[in-house]
Amino acid sequence: MNRRRARLILILLVIASTCSVLFSLAVGSVALTPVEVWAALFGQAENEGHNLAREVVCNLRLPRALSAFACGGLLALAGALMQVLLRNPLADPYVLGISGGAAVGALAAMLLGVGASFGLGAAAFAGALIAMGLVFGLARGDGSWTQTRLLLTGVIVASGCGAAVALMLSLAPEQQLRGMLFWLMGDAGEATAPMPAMLILAAGLAIALFFSRELNLLTRGPVLAATLGANVSRLRLMLYFLASLLTATAVTSVGSIGFVGLVVPHLARLALGNDQRLLLPAATLAGGALLTLADTLARSVVAPQQLPVGVLTALIGVPVFLFLLVRAPRLEHP
Amino acid sequence: MSAAPPPSAPLLTCRDLAVSIAGRPILHNLNLVLHPAERLAILGRNGVGKTTLLHTLSGLRAADRGEIELSGDSYARLGPRCAARLRGLLPQHQGDAFTANVLETVLIGRHPHLSRWDWESEADERIAREALAAVGLAELATRSIHTLSGGERQRVALATLLVQQPRVYLLDEPLAHLDLNHQVAMLELMTRRIRADDAGLVMVLHDVNLAARYSDRVLLLYGDGEFEMGDSDKVLDAKRLSRLYGHPLRVIEEGGRRWFVPEIAA
Repeated sequence: MNRRRARLILILLVIASTCSVLFSLAVGSVALTPVEVWAALFGQAENEGHNLAREVVCNLRLPRALSAFACGGLLALAGALMQVLLRNPLADPYVLGISGGAAVGALAAMLLGVGASFGLGAAAFAGALIAMGLVFGLARGDGSWTQTRLLLTGVIVASGCGAAVALMLSLAPEQQLRGMLFWLMGDAGEATAPMPAMLILAAGLAIALFFSRELNLLTRGPVLAATLGANVSRLRLMLYFLASLLTATAVTSVGSIGFVGLVVPHLARLALGNDQRLLLPAATLAGGALLTLADTLARSVVAPQQLPVGVLTALIGVPVFLFLLVRAPRLEHP
Repeated sequence: MSAAPPPSAPLLTCRDLAVSIAGRPILHNLNLVLHPAERLAILGRNGVGKTTLLHTLSGLRAADRGEIELSGDSYARLGPRCAARLRGLLPQHQGDAFTANVLETVLIGRHPHLSRWDWESEADERIAREALAAVGLAELATRSIHTLSGGERQRVALATLLVQQPRVYLLDEPLAHLDLNHQVAMLELMTRRIRADDAGLVMVLHDVNLAARYSDRVLLLYGDGEFEMGDSDKVLDAKRLSRLYGHPLRVIEEGGRRWFVPEIAA
């Protein structure tokens, strides 16, 4: 792998991502041609039909497509970082209960009547931090024994969060229930302001890339990383915090969507290798493109009925995950 | 290549060093000066603290007391990056969580020589291929590390360390998983390397005879804080080694060399 080849792959992925967003802008109850989409985005107002297309593309589909893209990118990046942090290719924020914690925070805030998206975001972020603190506080270290303990702790915290979510759903008043359920399963339709999530994604990716060669060292084990000049404890703290922030942002903007954080980095690693300088941006772009496509399918396959996008990604993700698990058992137990 | 230190500064200096693990002393008052082209072997029973001592010398954990200096500077003054150009550690193998090919794995050792946004250059790749050739793995450059045998993986780890080009080599059980041929080849390679570069070598060994043959000094860790250090041909004898391992050893003289063999009940 060299810089030129990495750049080429990333350019191709940027093109694919752009195509996925354009596809998402064109598909729906008002079907548009690529030319019409282009005109709606960048053209001047001309006639009645054009104004409708402009309304649909710019005010309805674009925020939704960008939210889905940001969420997919955030989850894929968070998953890739968690896999480095835990030195385990089967880790993702969902498995370790971080998005569960975010969901508990957000639902509790909804139940208490917090309507503002800022309040929801703060609550989801706090929930993610608490879950992450619990999991890592209870299972520190990096031997194989503590990694097992870490995964076990994560599973327990995640199921605890599941119970708390079920409790809140059963206590929730009727009129809030549907919104909460859709939030849980992931709903890009509610997302109207994609920009904060996009900015956090860009900032998170920049920070991750800044440390990407140190992350390469960390995948080889903490002792080797430390002797080659990485500040392992600071790097791990950075990874904890960054993965938590990214997950909380994703879960807040679109909802808790499973398997993007696990499957996308995994597929990227199979296709491109484990050099974090390429893997992190590639997984981010691929995750964004995948969730944009999944969301487009979720709102168009059985239109006008909408499917929760989280269900769709899980339906795709579970068989892919099981296939990878069966095919490459060595990845977990070298 | 890293800049040569002033000739007056020894490669590695320990002053009044005390190391313990979980309240159990490993050693007290170690005063050690490692000179260019010098080889020190650390011997002792399992669990006596050899790895902990080596990690302390590598600056990975703090000592209870005393100072460690690399080419005249403390780890705190050097910072992790400069330290990584001066000393390298061959850790005990921890398992590979992710797959990678052999060449990529070896190139990791160039990290301290690259600035933040650099990718490995062709010169770095040439250094990595030379290191692979030195450990006899030139043909395996594109193989996945998950397909290697234990001994091949250990030689990849050594090649990674060679690529780092440190001034002090700290090896934790470098002969683990190696067959007899490669055990000797590795010790010969390290001896040639440190003599050519005026580097220093500290290694944890379990083979007394190879330690006698390939070290200039030995450090015997008896446990509970007791230790002895001195020239290998003077310090190594049947009495000390029998005490060290808690098992009687006998010396056999043959061709002007002494060989240590364990007494085994018939």
